[in-house]
Amino acid sequence: MTTQAMTAGRAPMPGMKVYNLKLGMWIFLLSEVMFFTGLIGSYVILRFAHPEQFAEPGVVLNVPLTAFNTFLLICSSVTMVKAYAAIQQGDQQGLKNWLLATIVIGASFVGVQVYEYIALAAEGFVPIAEAYHAVGRHMPHDGPVIGGQLYGSTFYTMTGFHGTHVSIGVLCLCFTYWRAAKGEYSADNLGGVEIMGLYWHFVDLVWIILFTIVYLI
Amino acid sequence: MSMTEQEMVHATEGGHHDHHELPFIRKYIFSTDHKMIAKQFMFVSLFFLVIGGLLAAMMRWQLGYPGEPMPGGMMLPDAMMAPTPNGAIMLPEFYNSLVTMHGTIMIFFAIMPLLVGLFGNLLIPLQIGAEDMAFPRLNMISFWLAVPAGILMLASFAVEGGAAGSGWTSYAPLSASGEWTGVYLGQQLWLTSLTILGFSSLVGAVNYITTVINMRAPGMTWFRMPLATWALFITAILILLAIPVLAGALIMLLFDQTLGTGFFRPDVGGEPLLWQHLFWFFGHPEVYILILPAMGIASEVLSNRARKPIFGYHSMVMAIIGIGFLGWIVWGHHMFMSGMNPLLGTSFMISTMAIAVPSAIKTFNWLATIWKGDLHLDSPMLYALAFVSMFIIGGLSGIFMASTPVDIYIHDTYFIVAHIHYVLFGGSLFAIFAGITFWFPKMFGRMMNETLNKVHFGITIVLYNMVFWPMHNLGVQGMMRRIYDFTQYEYLAPLQPMNRFISISVFLLVAAQVVYAFNFFWSIFRGEKASNNPWESNTLEWTVPSPPPHGNFPEMPVVYRGPYEYSSPESETDFYPQTKPPSKPPVQDLIPEPVTPTPEGF
Repeated sequence: MTTQAMTAGRAPMPGMKVYNLKLGMWIFLLSEVMFFTGLIGSYVILRFAHPEQFAEPGVVLNVPLTAFNTFLLICSSVTMVKAYAAIQQGDQQGLKNWLLATIVIGASFVGVQVYEYIALAAEGFVPIAEAYHAVGRHMPHDGPVIGGQLYGSTFYTMTGFHGTHVSIGVLCLCFTYWRAAKGEYSADNLGGVEIMGLYWHFVDLVWIILFTIVYLI
Repeated sequence: MSMTEQEMVHATEGGHHDHHELPFIRKYIFSTDHKMIAKQFMFVSLFFLVIGGLLAAMMRWQLGYPGEPMPGGMMLPDAMMAPTPNGAIMLPEFYNSLVTMHGTIMIFFAIMPLLVGLFGNLLIPLQIGAEDMAFPRLNMISFWLAVPAGILMLASFAVEGGAAGSGWTSYAPLSASGEWTGVYLGQQLWLTSLTILGFSSLVGAVNYITTVINMRAPGMTWFRMPLATWALFITAILILLAIPVLAGALIMLLFDQTLGTGFFRPDVGGEPLLWQHLFWFFGHPEVYILILPAMGIASEVLSNRARKPIFGYHSMVMAIIGIGFLGWIVWGHHMFMSGMNPLLGTSFMISTMAIAVPSAIKTFNWLATIWKGDLHLDSPMLYALAFVSMFIIGGLSGIFMASTPVDIYIHDTYFIVAHIHYVLFGGSLFAIFAGITFWFPKMFGRMMNETLNKVHFGITIVLYNMVFWPMHNLGVQGMMRRIYDFTQYEYLAPLQPMNRFISISVFLLVAAQVVYAFNFFWSIFRGEKASNNPWESNTLEWTVPSPPPHGNFPEMPVVYRGPYEYSSPESETDFYPQTKPPSKPPVQDLIPEPVTPTPEGF
């Protein structure tokens, strides 16, 4: 068999049956897993080593508000799936609508988080160890200080990194929307939407873990 | 499925594009061609290699001539040198910066980008038969993230308080606040620079892994891949999983420094030991990031220059994978003296010792490869042989440190310094010399001057051992690893002559590198023109012109066999390129039923 015959007959490629962009995104997400594992691992170690520095769940942090925010983020994963399903059917308008919905919900998540930060900081719950002065929710301002300096440091770093990931995701979604508006995606060419979805679901999954560990446990 | 079809068509037609001449800036500066990016990485990291060498020479001045004015020291600012009427004497703070920056620059800005940035970019697409990386633009971004990281790192010498001075490991709490080192901005720049560089490596790793998995030419099965590509593939996986952990730790430390958080500050309840765990969880895979590609390069050169198949190809691959895996469960052996449950220490000791097994498999395979081979002792071979022998010495001294009882004695002494340099200089750097010399014709279309290379090799191997061998003795006699002036201790003062001997050898060693530098630049412009395949090698990169055109392969290569079929009875010549269709069916006597090799394998 000559080289020509091989090439013409499309000799089976040894690669995986996944296109590069998708494979690359999966590989990148592996490194993201390690990044958050490092952060969450540090949180767990610090919390077990210094339980007195961390408040009971719901005493300092506003769990109902964040639970609502978690619900928002899960909804945005659903809309993302709907956007992908729409373009699989070749539905351009559906793609744009569902992407827009994802952008709006994702941005709302970031907005609620910013509101939460501002409210907590006003009570003295800040990441700066020297300025930390957390008092319990529903307690008078001269009440006992609950939680210690490490609590603020870890809380803002964990949730802040996640918030940064969501914000970057929203920006990428806007870019995807812009390309969708130009009609660049079709049922045969939906790689951009698919990898956007992969990233978005990953960010969602990380939040469910973070919410459980930082807020609920 | 439709995407896969498209990719196939795209890949199949890969080399056929007509590439018009690109404008200067796209061709040489913001290039997306993997070969140009490889060269960019090479020039930048060779520059940093020189910087790192000069920093080492300055340190050695202080150790060889403690408290004596340094020649040329008057040119450095007062923050580094204390001027006296006779000349300038090095300040202890500056010595700390030198220790830190020599390690940081050599590891992160010289050896790592040379092995991964240069050889990863150059070899992976060429050896697997791809037209370029999977994501050429990301590849460009990877390089252009590394450049600002390097500038930030160098700039930290110029800021108030000087460059970072808490060692390349930046142990907290020393690094968590400038209170103890006097370095605030320098440490922050160090952290920022490494975070950016980490992102650069990460982007590169995603690219390498995707390329190796998805872009191989027809017939290039996993076990027909050259060992250099295998090593770089496993290295990329290590980078992918280790660097994010470091990045997280760096950012937390940066927050401690700048925002006043308390992760690693014991005064507010933080855990300094947590930094060590995070750092070494990255740091030990990093050690293998720095040696695995070197092993791959040495395997290529040894097999080629001995004109024999590599001994135990499959076991070589398994050893690379084994080292890559074991690298994750040994980080605690850097922390035997940091306060650790003895039982945990023992388990880390055992897992560390276990790494000797795949390392020894590789070493014995190299020896068996050159055994009774048709040895061509030209410069790449000499450098590769130096790699193997120096790696054996460095590997054996590693066993001393792996044993907890011995490590308690030699921890943080010059024995450690000797060990790291035997594996990183004697190992990695000699392999880099071998690799650059070996692939120089493919990069520039010209050969390096053989005589100058042999002169460089002879001087370097002798001086190198004169520098680092005595350091074992210094360490066993108790000389501390990062000490500014050991003569202040009575029991170390007698080590002065040996230290001066080492220092003089270092100055000569650094000066001798001029030979290689001259040869390198001279050969780029004046070297003897190289043919497509000057080393008569089997692998795919030697089937294309030197240097290869944009798009690499004029037509899609088809691979019929493994990369090390030297002196095969099935070939008329003593090499048998991977792309050469079989001229006659395999020997009938050996294989009962004639099997025609197909691209997928047998």
